[in-house]
Amino acid sequence: MWMAGALGVLAVSMVAGLLGGAADISPWQVVLQAVDWLPFVHVDSGLAPVEQGLLFELRLPRVLVAAVVGGLLAIAGAGYQGVFRNPLADPYLLGAAAGAGLTTTVVIVLVPTPVVGIPVAAFVGAVGGVFLAYVLGNTAGRAGGTATLVLAGVAVTSFLTAIQTFIQQFKVEELQRIYSWILGDVGGGWDQFWLVLPYAVVSSVLLLAHGRMLDVLSVGDEEATSLGVRAGRVRLAVLLAASLATAAAVAVSGLIGFVGIVIPHVVRRLAGGSYRIVLPLSLIGGAAFLVLADLIARTVIAPAELPIGVVTMFVGAPFFVAILRMTRQTAT
Amino acid sequence: MTGDSADRHMTGGTDPADRHVTGATDPADSRMTGTDSADRHVTGTTGPADRHTTGATDPAAALPARMIEASALSVWLGEREVLTEVDLSVRRGEWLAIIGPNGAGKSTLLKAVMGVVAHRGDVTVGGRAASTLRPRDRARLVAYAPQTPSLPPDMTVYDYALLGRTPYIPYLGRESRHDREVTGSVLERLDLAEFAERRLGELSGGERQRVVLARALAQQAPALLLDEPTTALDLGHQQQVLELVDRLRLADELTVVTTLHDLTLAGQYADRLLLLAGGRAVAAGQPGQVLTEALVGTHFDARVEISLGPGGRPVVHLVRGVS
Repeated sequence: MWMAGALGVLAVSMVAGLLGGAADISPWQVVLQAVDWLPFVHVDSGLAPVEQGLLFELRLPRVLVAAVVGGLLAIAGAGYQGVFRNPLADPYLLGAAAGAGLTTTVVIVLVPTPVVGIPVAAFVGAVGGVFLAYVLGNTAGRAGGTATLVLAGVAVTSFLTAIQTFIQQFKVEELQRIYSWILGDVGGGWDQFWLVLPYAVVSSVLLLAHGRMLDVLSVGDEEATSLGVRAGRVRLAVLLAASLATAAAVAVSGLIGFVGIVIPHVVRRLAGGSYRIVLPLSLIGGAAFLVLADLIARTVIAPAELPIGVVTMFVGAPFFVAILRMTRQTAT
Repeated sequence: MTGDSADRHMTGGTDPADRHVTGATDPADSRMTGTDSADRHVTGTTGPADRHTTGATDPAAALPARMIEASALSVWLGEREVLTEVDLSVRRGEWLAIIGPNGAGKSTLLKAVMGVVAHRGDVTVGGRAASTLRPRDRARLVAYAPQTPSLPPDMTVYDYALLGRTPYIPYLGRESRHDREVTGSVLERLDLAEFAERRLGELSGGERQRVVLARALAQQAPALLLDEPTTALDLGHQQQVLELVDRLRLADELTVVTTLHDLTLAGQYADRLLLLAGGRAVAAGQPGQVLTEALVGTHFDARVEISLGPGGRPVVHLVRGVS
């Protein structure tokens, strides 16, 4: 029931995402065109080739990238929250953002016109940041403890951010580009979509498969062990999958905040606490949320654009508070 | 799940222990079907570690007279030795209560038997050395409920009880219909059927304790380790939970090991007591042998009088100081 509703919301938001934009195209024709793109369906939308091109080359990949990135961030957030049994855990907790920020800054500073370089650099940085935090967390504290891992993530984040800021100061003229990357962008086109898709599929499937195991972990390590589950192993698998998802999202879209925290929470409030529901609904809900956020980013001050990261935080925070208030009233 | 409430009305006021006999959930049967599903899972997975569980040697089958044994069990937490060379032996179907002052190592002893803390010494569960058992096989033999179980507030009662089926479900697999049936019948048996869709955060203390018990029972293990099952419960609910454990034990021939801080309750319900003090086992035996003024006075540092209570079992009274 929830699943059908969520998919409906996603479909509507994707069509809305195609509709909105600087150029004026009739809504009905956009819907027809969207149906025409579906496999084995042919409908004549009556759009001119230029308009079709605009939809297909600009808006469609943009909507798809937003959907994939939003879904990845939300499901990764849900995964991290399950692993750390902490509702405040988010995809950037373990140094993924700081790592990506550092490597991207380095590339922007060193390479005059980086095009393909940035996603690769971001991906490497995100994975490297998480890896560093994990190694540090496992050597510094008792093995497998989640608290040490989180602290290691905080330490890695501060350290890498310090280096990044340091480099930035030497290249003040590049601040604008670094900054716009940090605030997020999903307008990269089809290349970005194909780049992120394989990682998205692998990490999502892995995370979705671990829903039941995350439920077991949610009762704590000792009880999970008493139920015959090797908690450390499950945690490592989920961490890997969630970090892969985060790295892929960061690579194509920069640092988009708040999706990873707010979406799983909303889902949990509305549909219950089992990760077997939370994970798939976060994937779908995150996708819908980011498509809409991108729509707002493109239209509010058209023809100029807001950075999407600003929108997710500006819209997300009040939305989150509203959901918290709403469900508290019904619960008591 | 939906048919449960109808059944409940038909049986009316009979207590839960009677009800399960009339239903399709006779403990012996369900144990047997549990065996089937265990085999099925084993054949499904093909890891080399599975080999020793195939064939007739299912962990739940052919239980020995000594259900749980431990010898020279020692546990260090950091630099501190919290348990020193404790021996333990629990007969099948017996209720052993572990008593002792705060910090004596009662909970740690349970955890060591369960294998959730690192320990030295040998533990045997169901006649098999625990160190040779895979975690899932151990979990099919012993179920454990900690003193303060973490109950995810948004999880439903049903989903939580279903966690007890984890040792029977493949790593990334889904629960089978049998798993759902076992969970459903356990909930019904503990009068929790109507709570199935309730979230854990909305339950009262007594209900929470029953839900934890339901999860442990869904595990269908022949031995139950319960750490302070009556913590934070009022008098009536303490009795309710212990009566429930007792009935289930007799009906299913479960072996029960509990820690209990209330000495009189321990004396009432347990067949045997084990008194821990300072991480060592200082006395063991029937309630009358362990709950003596001398032993309790020494190890609890308390002034007590012991009288004979219901069933000829000892009752411990605190004596008010005159000075």
